Amino acid sequence: MTINDIPPGVVLLVAAVLMAVLPARGRWFVALAAPVLALADAWVAINDAWAADAAGVARYVSTWQFLGMTLRPVTVHAPTAVFATIFCLMTGVGGLYALHHNRRFELSAALVYAGGALVCVFAGDLITLFVGWEIMTLGSTTILWCARTEGASRAGLRYFALHALGGVLLLAGIALHAGQLNAAGHADPLAFAHFAEMIEGWTSFGWHNAGLWLMLIGMLVNAGAPPFSAWIGDAYPEATESGTVFLSAFTTKTAVFTLMVGFAGVELLIYLGLWMAIYGIIYAILENDMRRILAYSIVNQVGFMLVGVGVGTKLAIDGAAAHAFAHIIYKALLMMSAGSVLHATGRRKCTQLGGLYRTMPVTMWCGIIGALAISSFPLTSGFTTKSMILSGITEQADVMARIGKPHDLMIAAWFILEAASAGVFLHAGIKFPWFVFFQKDSGLRPADPPWNMQTAMVIFAGLCLLLGMFPGPLYAILPYKAEAASYAGVVYNYEYLLSMFGLLLFSGLAFFVLLPMLKRKEMITLDTDWLYRRFFPTVWREVIVPILRGLDHAQKTVLEKLPGRPMGEPRSPLARLGTEWAVSVPVFVVTLMLVIYLVVYFVVLPTA
Amino acid sequence: MELIQLHLPALIVVLPLVTGLLTALLGRGGRGWWISLGATGAVLAATLQLLAQVVYQGPQTVTYLMGNWPMPYGIGYVVDPLNAAVMATVALIGFVVTLYAGRSMAPEISPDRARYFWAVWQFCLVGLLGITITGDAFNFYVLLEISSLSTYTLIAMGHGRDRRALTAAIHYLVLGTIGACCYLVGIAYLYMVTGSLNFADIHARLADIYATWATDAPVYKKTIIAGFAFIMVGLSLKLALFPLHVWQPNAYTYAPAAVSALLAGTATKVGAYGMIRIVYSVMGTDFAFTFLRSDILLAACALMAILVGSLQAIKQTNAKKLLAYSSVGQIGYIALGIAANNVAGLQAAVIHIFNHALTKGAMFMALGCVLYRTGGVRLEHLRGLGRKMPLTCAAFLVGGMGLIGVPLTSGFVSKWYLVQSALERQWLAPAGVVLVGSILALVYVGRCAEAMYFGQRPENSPEVREAPLSMLVPTLLLAAASLYFGIDSGTTSRVSEAAAKFLLGVAP
Repeated sequence: MTINDIPPGVVLLVAAVLMAVLPARGRWFVALAAPVLALADAWVAINDAWAADAAGVARYVSTWQFLGMTLRPVTVHAPTAVFATIFCLMTGVGGLYALHHNRRFELSAALVYAGGALVCVFAGDLITLFVGWEIMTLGSTTILWCARTEGASRAGLRYFALHALGGVLLLAGIALHAGQLNAAGHADPLAFAHFAEMIEGWTSFGWHNAGLWLMLIGMLVNAGAPPFSAWIGDAYPEATESGTVFLSAFTTKTAVFTLMVGFAGVELLIYLGLWMAIYGIIYAILENDMRRILAYSIVNQVGFMLVGVGVGTKLAIDGAAAHAFAHIIYKALLMMSAGSVLHATGRRKCTQLGGLYRTMPVTMWCGIIGALAISSFPLTSGFTTKSMILSGITEQADVMARIGKPHDLMIAAWFILEAASAGVFLHAGIKFPWFVFFQKDSGLRPADPPWNMQTAMVIFAGLCLLLGMFPGPLYAILPYKAEAASYAGVVYNYEYLLSMFGLLLFSGLAFFVLLPMLKRKEMITLDTDWLYRRFFPTVWREVIVPILRGLDHAQKTVLEKLPGRPMGEPRSPLARLGTEWAVSVPVFVVTLMLVIYLVVYFVVLPTA
Repeated sequence: MELIQLHLPALIVVLPLVTGLLTALLGRGGRGWWISLGATGAVLAATLQLLAQVVYQGPQTVTYLMGNWPMPYGIGYVVDPLNAAVMATVALIGFVVTLYAGRSMAPEISPDRARYFWAVWQFCLVGLLGITITGDAFNFYVLLEISSLSTYTLIAMGHGRDRRALTAAIHYLVLGTIGACCYLVGIAYLYMVTGSLNFADIHARLADIYATWATDAPVYKKTIIAGFAFIMVGLSLKLALFPLHVWQPNAYTYAPAAVSALLAGTATKVGAYGMIRIVYSVMGTDFAFTFLRSDILLAACALMAILVGSLQAIKQTNAKKLLAYSSVGQIGYIALGIAANNVAGLQAAVIHIFNHALTKGAMFMALGCVLYRTGGVRLEHLRGLGRKMPLTCAAFLVGGMGLIGVPLTSGFVSKWYLVQSALERQWLAPAGVVLVGSILALVYVGRCAEAMYFGQRPENSPEVREAPLSMLVPTLLLAAASLYFGIDSGTTSRVSEAAAKFLLGVAP
């Protein structure tokens, strides 16, 4: 057993246990040391794999045996390096941001959550992937519940239900897929690698690819793809100010990672990604809660990444991976900035905030840098990464045009994403800082948050700028790092700089022209999460409760505690199946069973 | 030593029978517990020895002749990988729960009855172990009655805390007796046509009879079919398979805490074993599944059990009854594995017999701890216990995750095999139901966990602290075992594979 055999995720999981039991002083140490250790462990494995194979594609370092299957918990896929690095970094800085709170369970859950994400990133087989997936669900739900508010508790339940569903879909897909390969005599039915057959196969759905479809849907649930987009805006803003920072980083990006490994080049992802890019903007513009604005913009940004994965060329994949890296940093920075405001004022609605620039300069500047980065302003990280996705699309359009294939989709994608970029600047780049820090004077005079929160923000703000000016080190760890030398030219050329400035200027202008319309009133927007809020509760009330109610009739006391209609409604035919009858009834049932057996054997079966 | 080794199969049944009688005579004060502990410990050692022998060392079967009478005439005990695994499960649960019961029974059973309690406790194990090991159909019935009669008594002993235990016991008595009678009638039919009571012998003679069915002059067709139907109904009752599960929730709920843990871990599992034995090695799957299509009927009952049991569990407010209904559902998984009629399915059934015994045993014991400290097991009694009884609640939660089938718990291993076996038979809907069952389990386990970890202690409730060590240690032991066998699945899959391949006649 060498250090190679320890999955980096396990380092964080062990740290999570320590975090839960150690006294406050030890927790500082664990929160900062664990990500460093995990990062070191990760890079030992990555270097090993790269040393053995320059392309570094799906090299596994260590294997375990489980259920007679070979598991590969330490595997280095092409995008593993970039995701593992940012996840460790995020865990460390997020931990720093959260440290002054005396919330041991939240930090512990955050480490579990990040550990699960790291397990997924190093998963070489589908079982390990599923294990990491479920660990993430448990960790993230616990983070939500750690907010200990009524809203968080309910949102947590909805969140958990949806992700449990996603997990079951994923497991069903894995079982089906592996079972079919196994039956076909495949050597390694559980391998988590590129499922190339879905590139062509996604247009059909049949028994042969049902497993892959189920896996794809399971992953898309976590990516927040339609029709599962609403959970992001529903759940994330309900966590504590530090909890949201963690939540914003891992779930969706791990899903992007798995899609990148498994389903790169599947055209469906382009459609879904475009939809998400638009969806995120529309709902973010309508929203009033500052952290919900940012949560919707996650959907929008993940949409960009999905388009990149769907295009599937080297440049597009690298762009999506780099964008995920940059996105985690600036989104966390924005969430930290919003969290600091929440921490200082206790208010979350844009309409109740404003004028904070006077007393919270650090928070304001960090928020602005984050906002510029998400708008891909030149010299920030968003600029250097989003441009790669867009160039990837145009490049692919060129290639397709040259070989005479229809490339309308690529062109449409390019236009929509350009428009979405303008929209991002509108809602996240200007709207968030403007309404929170400037606008009218709300009369609030809160101070900047404690030093650890400030430090965390400054670190990430610095990274946003550094990556914008010197993206080289990031390019060096991308999936197709061999091509990286050409990327700087892709990003910083006059043509693109000019178009970006034009875009930003005009949307900035649009914002201030349309300002009166954009001002939100104090209200709760009921958006697509009506599914959770209205539809499922209605189904529960109108369908499931009647069944349960029908199943029961001895325990009236219980029923009165269930929400819904009063007693006395007609019972369903299923009603009497599970009740505790008097002894005569079961005896009758026994006889009936005997009769059924005999009738089936003698009458129904003609052979008998 | 040689002598003991030779008589090991008999000792497993005879030892607790003798010590049980001794306990009834001499077991005043604390002695009953010590005798039981010694007896169950010795039995556990013996079963593990036998298991190692048939699975790892070979030969695959060990035969013991009672009084040295040759087999079709005398009673023979036959140990093979299947019943060795089930016996080890029963003995393990028996030992751990005995360890636990010493303390937990104190407030539930008056001291002057303690020795009878321990005597009956051991008789119950005699019956369960005997059913598993015997190779004789009538001996099976006798031991079935021994275990059932002692079970009725044990359940009724819960009346000190709740009078409803008496009703539950009577209820079970009526149904259990009918079940045993059905079994007996079925065996009588088979005896009529084969003239034998030995399982292996019946199997051999049935093969000759089946051979005539393909010809123009089939013999005994209706008799055998009717006999099989009676046996299946009788065993379904013992197994608590939907819709014949109705005796089970109340029996588990109102029995003393330790008795619930013992029964949940052993009694229905032995019923499942009986069904596997009759279907696979007495009647033969060609008759039962291919000819009569009982797999469809069994699978239908299993799926209904999963759905109805889990849905019922969701709405319970008594945590013990919640677990009891969950057991109805879990039995469904075992039955589905039996019906699948392939290696993966039988493996799932055997592994789930073991895993579910561990998880449910741990959970019932954890509830026993709660009962011991708070005096009740309704959900409101669980509220806020996460902070007051952290270890007990952790054990409960680990067991609960096993029920859901979270990876890295033992429940996942059995579900994995079960889904594989269903897919192998292209049973898509059953595989789906298994997964739906997981979600339902999530809901009912979630209700308990929510009360434990997010609820507040009720106002004016007395202060509680962690359960006494003598109860806590066995509980944690089983919970840890359920985690261990989830991570290191090598042992269980090896044993279950040996059992499944032995039954299906596949070369190991």
